[in-house]
Amino acid sequence: MGTADMDVGARGLSGGALRDIYHTMLTVRLAEERFMRGLSRGEFPGFYFPAQGMEAAAAGVMAALRPDDYYITTYRCLADVVAKGVPLPEVFGELLGRATGTSRGKGGTMHIADAEHGLMLTTGIVGSGTPIANGLALSAQLRGEDRVTGVSFGDGATSTGALHEALNLASLWELPVIFVCHNNLWGEFTHVHASTKTQRLAERAAPFKIPGVTVDGTDLFEVHAAAVAAVERARQGGGPTFLEVVAPRVLGHSFGDMGEYMDQAAVVQARANDPIPKLGSWLVDHGHVGSDDLDAMAEEVAGEVEQALTFALNSEMLPPDELLTDVFAPGVDTPR
Amino acid sequence: MTTTSSSRSAGAPRDSERLEEPLARETEAIRQMTFAEAINDALDLALASDPNVFLLGEDIADPPGGVVRLTRGLSTKYGTHRVRATPISEQAILGTAVGAALGGMRPVAEIMLMDFMTLVMDQVVNHAAKHRYMSGGTSHLPLTIRTRIGHRRGAQHSSSTEAWFMHTPGIKVCAPATADDAKGLLLSCIMDDDPCLFLEPTPMVRRRQRSPVPTGDYRVPIGAAAVPREGSDVSIITFGQTVPDALEAAEAVNADGISAEVVDLRSLVPLDRATVLSSVAKTRRAVVTHASARFAGPGAEISSIIHEELFGDLARPVRRLAGAFTPVPFAESLERVHGPNATTMADAIREVMQ
Repeated sequence: MGTADMDVGARGLSGGALRDIYHTMLTVRLAEERFMRGLSRGEFPGFYFPAQGMEAAAAGVMAALRPDDYYITTYRCLADVVAKGVPLPEVFGELLGRATGTSRGKGGTMHIADAEHGLMLTTGIVGSGTPIANGLALSAQLRGEDRVTGVSFGDGATSTGALHEALNLASLWELPVIFVCHNNLWGEFTHVHASTKTQRLAERAAPFKIPGVTVDGTDLFEVHAAAVAAVERARQGGGPTFLEVVAPRVLGHSFGDMGEYMDQAAVVQARANDPIPKLGSWLVDHGHVGSDDLDAMAEEVAGEVEQALTFALNSEMLPPDELLTDVFAPGVDTPR
Repeated sequence: MTTTSSSRSAGAPRDSERLEEPLARETEAIRQMTFAEAINDALDLALASDPNVFLLGEDIADPPGGVVRLTRGLSTKYGTHRVRATPISEQAILGTAVGAALGGMRPVAEIMLMDFMTLVMDQVVNHAAKHRYMSGGTSHLPLTIRTRIGHRRGAQHSSSTEAWFMHTPGIKVCAPATADDAKGLLLSCIMDDDPCLFLEPTPMVRRRQRSPVPTGDYRVPIGAAAVPREGSDVSIITFGQTVPDALEAAEAVNADGISAEVVDLRSLVPLDRATVLSSVAKTRRAVVTHASARFAGPGAEISSIIHEELFGDLARPVRRLAGAFTPVPFAESLERVHGPNATTMADAIREVMQ
């Protein structure tokens, strides 16, 4: 190509890497919009927890990780899952309960798991992924590997006991974990300020002697830089970091929730601060892409999304004789 | 940079090929061991044989080597990185075990008493037990939870709630009654590719009596009952801490000319239906007995299976004799009548023989 040394990008990210990140963020957005459109139209049944506004928060963290690093996420998972590299056709397959899904359709919307891509599990229980992340990190530590473990959870999880137990043990054992708090300001239907007096959720880490960092989750560069620092620290044996990425929720808790309880002015403001055009403009302004290129990319991604969805919709669900498989290891007599 | 995995993908734990391989030490001989020594021996062997095995739990490192010294010597021998004392933080313990298993290890978590399983129900039920199914069989969690039952220290330190876990798809439940079964089942649990709950009755852990236990890699298959006493008139079906009482009751009724067979289930999930049904098909009478509550207890399922399969052959309806539907009382006068014992079992046998 000959452009490698000119491909400077910003803050440790090459222009190519930034274009890939933008592609990932756009994929998340368009996949989500397409899936919810299908639900609205009655094209297929399902349920869904929108991640709109979290694209930079997820992509920035994942870009700081290696493919072999472990990750655990929570039910509002599409951005994390796609950014970790789980193929979209399999993600759609799982959202639609098809045999081609990541969990052959047995997990569903809240349980995407794809160990090949390091997305080890998705939990539907608020806060519960955090102690599990410790275990993954410990497995790497015991084997003398330098892989790190990231775990996402919402602001709601910061009031669970599981997170506090996990933070204490991660600190005590100096585990290579990045605790990524997706603060979208809402725990289901309750504003974070009605859930805790703690204004900056990263302060939760301080009593455990874990560094707590808060960044603007709509700013890819801020998220990425903080994640890189946390990952490097963990990889070099420095222990865990608590990374709070603030990215206000702009949609309801789940598909069908119109969010009428949310401050509409704040929602409008958050929508105007959309992380995707923010990064897109930066890429154009810094000459990494032309604005035509962004349009072309949007068209390309829309095509990929449609293809992935079609693949999933054309896939079968498991036959009824798979009901009793996977309860135990193959060959074990499952109680009747 | 230290070692990384050969593959750049994170990878799923595979169904173990190790199960096919013998462990380091072959079964050579028989040694006299207490129940506690047999557990320690199984843990020792597992740690020696498989670098993926590690233990975690409160107070398990030396000193003291466990609150009832079941893990004594192991951290000294294998290091505190493999025998890990934890804070009093049960969700962290179980979550760590789940994650480590997901990362390819074979963790053995100790939850001091079964009452404290209440603190880890989310990790056990929602995560450990459901993971294989929720992942469509693409990954699984080879982890073992050891916990003690029948501790006789009042309502919050004595419970037997195995029925909760029998009712939870995805976790195996083992309840040994003898030293050799304790060793053989614990090794099977640790090397098993599913989550296993292993119950250790405190009265047995405290017993000083020794009995013969094979040395080396000795395993008792999960899901296989034993018949420690054969008989022809009535089957006493039980497990864990009530097995010695059942044997004593069988001996007692022998004087009345009643030939009682004792079935020690050893595993509750999977349940050895074949052994239960063949015993009762022969004797046509059954007493199902356990220390945990009778109402909706393990015996309800076992009794139901017998009635469904052998209704026409039974001489009498199945008799269930089990714990009262109360928290475990403290006063010795109440505690004595809370659960079954050899005398009440013998009475129940005589009743079904009438």
